[in-house]
Amino acid sequence: MTSAASSVTSAGRGGGRRLVDRVARVRELGIVVALGALFAVTGAANPSFLSYGSLRDILLNSAIVALLAVGQTLVVITRNVDLSVSSVVGLSAFGGALILADHPGVPVPLVIAGCVALGAACGAVNGLLVGAARVPALVATLGTLYAFRGVDYAWAGGRQVNAADMPEGFLALGTRSVLGVPLPALVALAVLLTVGWMLRNLRSGRELYAIGSSPEAAVLAGIRVRRRVLTAFVANGALAGLAGVMWAARFGTVDATVATGKELDVIAAVVVGGVAIFGGSGTVYGAALGAVLLASITSALAVLRVDALAQTAINGALLLAAIVLDRLLALRVAAALRRRRSP
Amino acid sequence: MEDTPVLSLLQVSKAFGAVRAVREVSLELRAGEAHALAGENGAGKSTLVKILSGVHRPDSGRILLDGQPVEFAGPADAQRAGVAVIYQEPTLFPDLSVMENIFMGRQPRARLGLDRRAMRAATAELFGRLGVHLDPDRPARGLSIADQQLVEIAKALSRQARVLVMDEPTAALSGQEVARLFGVAGTLREQGVALLFISHRLEEIFELCQRVTTLRDGALVATDPIGDLTPDALVRRMVGRELEALFPKQDTTAGEVALSVRRLTREGVFTDVSFEVRRGEIVALAGLVGAGRSEVARAVFGIDRWDAGAVEVDGRRLRPARPTAAMAAGLALVPEDRRQQGLVMDLSIERNIGLAGLTALRRGPLISRLAERERARDWAVRLRLKFARLGDPVNVLSGGNQQKVVLAKWLARRPSVLIVDEPTRGIDVGTKAEVHRLLSELAASGVAVLMISSELPEVLGMADRVLVMHEGRLVAELDRAEASEESVMAAATGRGRP
Amino acid sequence: MNTDVLRRWETLIAVLLAGVAVWASLGVDGFAGDSNVSFLLLDTTEIALMALTMTLVIVAAEIDLSVASTLGLSCAVLGALWNAGLPIEAIMPICLLVGAACGAVNGLLVTRLGLPSLAVTIGTFALFRGLAYVILGDQAVADLPPAYTGLATSSIGPVPLATVLVAVLAVVAALVLHATGLGRSIVAIGANVEAAYFSGIRVKRIKLWLFVASGVMASLASLVYTFRYASARADNGMGLELAVVAAVLLGGVSIFGGKGTLPGVLMAVLLLGVVRNALILADVANEVLNFVTGLLLVASVLAPNLGAARRRRTPSPVEGKSVS
Repeated sequence: MTSAASSVTSAGRGGGRRLVDRVARVRELGIVVALGALFAVTGAANPSFLSYGSLRDILLNSAIVALLAVGQTLVVITRNVDLSVSSVVGLSAFGGALILADHPGVPVPLVIAGCVALGAACGAVNGLLVGAARVPALVATLGTLYAFRGVDYAWAGGRQVNAADMPEGFLALGTRSVLGVPLPALVALAVLLTVGWMLRNLRSGRELYAIGSSPEAAVLAGIRVRRRVLTAFVANGALAGLAGVMWAARFGTVDATVATGKELDVIAAVVVGGVAIFGGSGTVYGAALGAVLLASITSALAVLRVDALAQTAINGALLLAAIVLDRLLALRVAAALRRRRSP
Repeated sequence: MEDTPVLSLLQVSKAFGAVRAVREVSLELRAGEAHALAGENGAGKSTLVKILSGVHRPDSGRILLDGQPVEFAGPADAQRAGVAVIYQEPTLFPDLSVMENIFMGRQPRARLGLDRRAMRAATAELFGRLGVHLDPDRPARGLSIADQQLVEIAKALSRQARVLVMDEPTAALSGQEVARLFGVAGTLREQGVALLFISHRLEEIFELCQRVTTLRDGALVATDPIGDLTPDALVRRMVGRELEALFPKQDTTAGEVALSVRRLTREGVFTDVSFEVRRGEIVALAGLVGAGRSEVARAVFGIDRWDAGAVEVDGRRLRPARPTAAMAAGLALVPEDRRQQGLVMDLSIERNIGLAGLTALRRGPLISRLAERERARDWAVRLRLKFARLGDPVNVLSGGNQQKVVLAKWLARRPSVLIVDEPTRGIDVGTKAEVHRLLSELAASGVAVLMISSELPEVLGMADRVLVMHEGRLVAELDRAEASEESVMAAATGRGRP
Repeated sequence: MNTDVLRRWETLIAVLLAGVAVWASLGVDGFAGDSNVSFLLLDTTEIALMALTMTLVIVAAEIDLSVASTLGLSCAVLGALWNAGLPIEAIMPICLLVGAACGAVNGLLVTRLGLPSLAVTIGTFALFRGLAYVILGDQAVADLPPAYTGLATSSIGPVPLATVLVAVLAVVAALVLHATGLGRSIVAIGANVEAAYFSGIRVKRIKLWLFVASGVMASLASLVYTFRYASARADNGMGLELAVVAAVLLGGVSIFGGKGTLPGVLMAVLLLGVVRNALILADVANEVLNFVTGLLLVASVLAPNLGAARRRRTPSPVEGKSVS
């Protein structure tokens, strides 16, 4: 790692010596290794952990958080954060379920589109507060975390929508499998690959990294920072809206408390996945892997009959370990670079 | 050259609060011409650059592009107009690769996504033209200032800029790197690019430029063909008076050693630095930007850790990385960056002055507001601070008065050793003379003064002895008689004695 | 000029508080009664306690999102030790130590490793709450000594004993922030940490102790909470951190640090308490409260920002970096 970081060698034709990517890949590799170890150990203790049903459950359970982690990454890369995602998920899930229950005639695709639009609108509120009104993202989204949830409660008025109220075809979306893979996981994967490609291959995607890496330099480089930040929040909101419908389809029972507290799982996944909390680096793949790792740990704990209550503590410890590790690595690289420059 | 200028400023003004940074300045940049912008620190050069680059919008006046009025609403507009700027401090994205830094927003595209191969090749080609050996794929984080500067130049090259503004690009470059830069600049000029060049090294201005515009205190002094000026005449234009009057250093006899620095080393920053400062002496620490002078001062005061060596104040050995210990021993540091390090801009004058001596203001467990105000008033009067109320935040003061607040904050501690880092940077001429008189009086009263300054006239006028640093090492020690512009610059650029 | 704006903000909160109180007394049945005022005050105890130290932490440009989890962990420790048969007088200091330890974990990670407190305390938010579950599971310990549960809800006239505790600590905190060298240092750290360090202020040490103080205060709040509800549970005080942060910001403390006063924060705590209480009495759906809290929080930051934007029409992010 350290030696790679200090390679100031002349441009080698060998190619592939891309340090930025390499550090990121090492980071993602670390999660893959952790996942491998987790599956090996848990599988050895209880082979049923590796059964098709168990793996399917893990995929199903991680799909929604992975989707949210992908969206959150877009925001975190720009040196912002969106704490309100869980409330947006709740709002979208309830809104979608309510329409389906009360207006059975409305086609399902339209409901899904509507939920995505609702999420995007919530994201736009956040984005305008942060981008245009310059409210720090933490405060703005903490406020909208409350506000969106309040709207959700007011709308629901204590009502609960049950699976029986919603069309079969819609609920099937949450549980059906294609070629053995659950549909929500496929949706998350499709979103992951699309956003991953965009971040790497669109100029606007690269500008998100630039903004998070150095907001001052981004302004000087003529990047339209506010617009890009707004876009990131809107995209994140739209994905949260999508996650909301998926939630409704998967669990069937929806009230105003859906996804309460999920924002911390999402941020944990993103940080564990190697996305720098101060922006500028990290990939959606890492974030999605982080989500899968957290979901796998939950399942493993259940299989190993460890009290499920330990899950929260483990999430927290993992998150702390991830940021401490990143920090120590960064300090080492910086020290190495400083020493190298000495005559 | 008879055609209209590529870019011109007409009667442009810009103020920041009470500070009028630029006042009705006009400037014409012509294709194929290198134009120098000269002036002391704080004369308004950087503000003018930021107007050209679209960062600041002028309060009044016009910008003309090819004779047509334009407005730069932001840096993007200026870039579209063909203006590329290389700032004093490079503005790269540390997390991104060098090649993306160069092509941000203009990355070559392939049918499916970005064409990284083309981007890499184009970067390599640019680096080839500049004679730079850098991996296009490495991140910008960790690049030396000189390398960052070269990446910035490559960026400007890749934009095929019509106007290239270079704000002190050579400050941190070695002689060889400067020669290479000038080669590139000369080629660009021949290709019809208009250059605006800012440098503190007069010989560079005379080497590279055809015309020179001089600014003083934010206002235009004159624009002349370079052939009409001698370096001395240019300095007079910049300073606006004869040099002697400005530096009223009293002769004093040096007392015993107050500050002793022995073989101080911070790896990768400075090496084996040894010197002494005696009571009653003003010792200047000269050298180019990036030579490690401020870093030595920071380490001595305990801001940064040192790796080897020792620091003694009045015979007491200091522990590394302990500003409180240094202060207790009688050391004071007026730092380089007044706004960032010297002052808490939002806090009041009295709070800022009290900040370095809070224990002295205590009455029981609480702070005495009365004592705080008394102390501030006392020093404000002594330093002839111009203020409305002591409760006003320091950000309403002019640069010179802000510097007086920093000085008051430290002098109130009655230090035996005072380190001042660029004490007159960016402050008006009148206050400058006051600061110089103050330093001189302090030395006369037995304080040991270590002064870091990038302004040679200040160094030569004020110092009893001059220490010169080059690339992290102390390379020369000159007494008052030996020190001249030539001898100091020779040592500072590494051309002097080994 | 700045202090004027600040003063105006506190005036605004005071006027708002008075206005809401008058409206509630006239328009809401049962609001002005002694028992309700007493209940209202008692109900803001934990938030007020934690807001005191949170104010200091945020003025120093840090944040502690783990306070409610520290409260939960402290409750869980109390419950577990009580189950184990320890006397309550021995348990209480242990709880305070647990709080101090939680704060020290945050403080050390922030100061020793230079990690952002936001990330650290989101991590410990989960960690501490998780440990609470591990220690006490989902049981509720309710057979606490009546002497203490009674004490927590007792009053002197209409003023609850717990409010007296808040008042005393508030005076201490206000003196620390506004009248001591430590307070001057905290403000300087928040306003410009580099200048503070260059002035010889022990930045790391002060920040560490602020986090420790925040942890201790959270566990003190946990004692009040546990005795008040006569129930020690791992999920005690879930979500309170948001209410605390909201109150502090509404009180005029800048999230960027360096600005804010304790009187402002205390009024904001009361304002949120009164609004909550009045809406509940007025039979407005409990859930709308969230909406109001969120709105107030955003508005508290938005309002001064918009004002500043109008004063200075084209703010540029790089402006002020170097004017020369």
